[in-house]
Amino acid sequence: MSRNALTPGIAAGRLAPQDYAENFSDLHPKLDDHEALVAADRCYFCHDAPCVTACPTDIDIPLFIRQIATGTPEAAARTIFTQNIMGGMCARVCPVETLCEEACVREAAEGKPVIIGQLQRYATDTLMEKGVHPFTRAPETGKRVAVVGAGPAGLACAHRLAMHGHDVTVFDAREKPGGLNEYGIASYKTVDDFAAREVDWLLGIGGITIETGKALGRDVTLDALREGFDAVFLGIGLGDVNALGLEGENRDGLRDAVDFIADLRQAGDLENVPIGREVVVIGGGMTAVDAAVQAKLLGALNVSLVYRRGRERMNASVYEQDLAASHGVRIITNASPVAIHGNGALREIEFEYTDDDLTPTGQTFRLPADQVFRAIGQTLTGDDLPRLDGRKIAVSGAGRTSVEGVWAGGDCTGDGEDLTVTAVAQGRDAAEDIHESLTKTG
Amino acid sequence: MADLTSDFIGIKSPNPFWLASAPPTDKEYNVRRAFDAGWGGVVWKTLGEAGPPVVNVNGPRYGVIYGADRRVLGINNIELITDRPLEVNLEEMTRVKRDYPDHALIASLMVPVNEDAWRDILHRVEDTGCDGVELNFGCPHGMSERGMGSAVGQVPEYIGQIAHWCKKHSDLPVIVKLTPNITDIRKPAQAAKDGGADAVSLINTINSITSVDLDLFAPEPTIDGQGAHGGYCGPAVKPIALNMVAEIARDPATADLPISGIGGVTTWRDAAEFMALGAGNVQVCTAAMTYGFKIVQEMISGLSQWMDEKGLTDTGQIVGRAVPNTVNWQDLNLNYVTKAVIDQDACIKCGRCYAACEDTSHQAISMSEDRVFEVIDEECVACNLCVNVCPVEGCITMEQMAPGAVDPRTGKVVEKEYANWTTHPNNPGACAAE
Repeated sequence: MSRNALTPGIAAGRLAPQDYAENFSDLHPKLDDHEALVAADRCYFCHDAPCVTACPTDIDIPLFIRQIATGTPEAAARTIFTQNIMGGMCARVCPVETLCEEACVREAAEGKPVIIGQLQRYATDTLMEKGVHPFTRAPETGKRVAVVGAGPAGLACAHRLAMHGHDVTVFDAREKPGGLNEYGIASYKTVDDFAAREVDWLLGIGGITIETGKALGRDVTLDALREGFDAVFLGIGLGDVNALGLEGENRDGLRDAVDFIADLRQAGDLENVPIGREVVVIGGGMTAVDAAVQAKLLGALNVSLVYRRGRERMNASVYEQDLAASHGVRIITNASPVAIHGNGALREIEFEYTDDDLTPTGQTFRLPADQVFRAIGQTLTGDDLPRLDGRKIAVSGAGRTSVEGVWAGGDCTGDGEDLTVTAVAQGRDAAEDIHESLTKTG
Repeated sequence: MADLTSDFIGIKSPNPFWLASAPPTDKEYNVRRAFDAGWGGVVWKTLGEAGPPVVNVNGPRYGVIYGADRRVLGINNIELITDRPLEVNLEEMTRVKRDYPDHALIASLMVPVNEDAWRDILHRVEDTGCDGVELNFGCPHGMSERGMGSAVGQVPEYIGQIAHWCKKHSDLPVIVKLTPNITDIRKPAQAAKDGGADAVSLINTINSITSVDLDLFAPEPTIDGQGAHGGYCGPAVKPIALNMVAEIARDPATADLPISGIGGVTTWRDAAEFMALGAGNVQVCTAAMTYGFKIVQEMISGLSQWMDEKGLTDTGQIVGRAVPNTVNWQDLNLNYVTKAVIDQDACIKCGRCYAACEDTSHQAISMSEDRVFEVIDEECVACNLCVNVCPVEGCITMEQMAPGAVDPRTGKVVEKEYANWTTHPNNPGACAAE
């Protein structure tokens, strides 16, 4: 008897081979031409459109949709990439339901916004499938910039700097560039190795060198970078995951959701990814949902997502919550973990109900758990950093840090909402600021 | 229930919805199915002279203009009159009329401009038992190059002459189908009347090129790399057709000339509008070609419901009801002053009214930081563009200013009395009001 959903403990290969392909297929496949035309036609071409205001990268959404409607998705893609070089990934992972599509006047009018995210994907995929890089590099300036972190912030920064003719070296601690795009996002949102393909495409601008396996503080130091380059951009993300603070937290079976997602993303064959029969995810954000849904898709029998506050406080959007629920994930709110049970291996995790102010109620319950994923937030790691503001790098203006010649952006700074699109905007804006400072005369 | 039965110049039909002479009425099979589907009448696809029939192109005959989601807004065609032998058509018409005695069957005719040709064809179609003839003076392509169709319809003298021949050689009711490819539709209508025609039908198709293939650099539909102009029809031409119908209906010289309305009739509402502007019935083609014969069911139920709601019992009560209200510009009341009003609760804040007014009109809408759009009465000339571009029906309305109020734009008191351009002080040719 082969393994299945009922197989106890943590096991790989719970599903038939074809089920993996089905479960991890594209969540929203690219629209076909006619679908795109019909969807584009719904755009009202608003004046000073609210969707643009809602977009962290200020993409001219009505313009690109009109370009789709008139049969020029390639021009639409150029409109998008001008503002957001990672428009392809953002089209896949942006929580549009809380950004552009929430602001769409048709959402106000009828509860059915223009499907901006899917139209953006249609446009960007169309141009990228043709292998076209839509920008040309300015003449070389001879200036050199170091970018630390090859995630959305770092790559957006590097691209804009390279476009202005600067020479950019990107350092990243991991084996592959892409950051959370490569390691941290549910695979059904970015199928067919899109994150890696996007990086390759982005590098088409020229003038960017990527050095992987180079971590700040381990292989390179900020001082050395400041010494060797004309400017430095830090887009290092958040390296550590918050702990639950419970006894027995190091037990097998209890791990960080981001590691689970990274392993899954890097697994060549999903049949080899082990998953518990009983899975509990602790947290209320996108990472928690991505982990919970994918646990279910790998064949876990029961998956619970437990969040300490009420639903309305969850960082995961209502759309993401519904996505989890539709995949059979049980969402439990107002419950905090209080104890881990099991002799050796993890067996159960105990929660206590709390009210909305996190005051314990004294009522507890236990969930069977072969596997528990922590997704209660990440923290910045590293010494040797510019001054912090709270737990993140303090920045002013377009990502200027306390250290002369050092800029920062993305999740490691306090400005963002830990979104890909926000990171792209910050990387881009920092690049413009760096460019201005490098080319300032006098 | 309203009585939809129709009597158009003595031709009875169960309802005022006829299929126009066109591909849908080209043969017995189609016409039987049309009658079974509920159409009140059919104008058979135009018959030509006896002998070898015309031929059509063997490539595409139609070009189209689409709206959203490939909605057909207009079709252009380069098809000619029937390409089947006259004898076959006549035999089929005879059988159909025999089996559908209560439905209207009209023969559309197009033969060269000589009396013998018209006399001969009339005598042959009379034997089918058809209820009348429609003279095709409208087709703008192909046949017009041979001196028929719109080539006749563009010369009032020919229209009058042929109408006269037809009345002379036949007792059948004669409808003259007019081409819109002229400058003043009243002239051909007058000629038809003078020639003794019983009615006119309009409009036939409009000269058109629907689009250009930008790879081939050739008009569409493209035949082997080339295209010819065709005739345009469908919802897109309705406004042009409505005006031409009204022009004839409100001209005292032709006001008593019955009209069969044609041009983009797609719904019961379109039909009611044509009839209100003076059409005794309507003819339909593009809508049937787009959706099939079944649409007549909606036309029947819709017109019937609307008539019931209006307390109308007979389609004749609709005909011409809007004609007295169709006037020349100079007759419009200049003391009727309105202002746009935006319903803030209905507004979805798209800003289209603002863009339209600010960029292209009178800068009479303000926009606040938080996207509240308000009309500036001091600037609003009531052009209606904001209403037209607003995607929310009923959100922006034109509200009439009460007499006695001061129009903040002009600073003048709104007068109660009707006054038009003919008496306006700015009119150099104004006559003093008495």
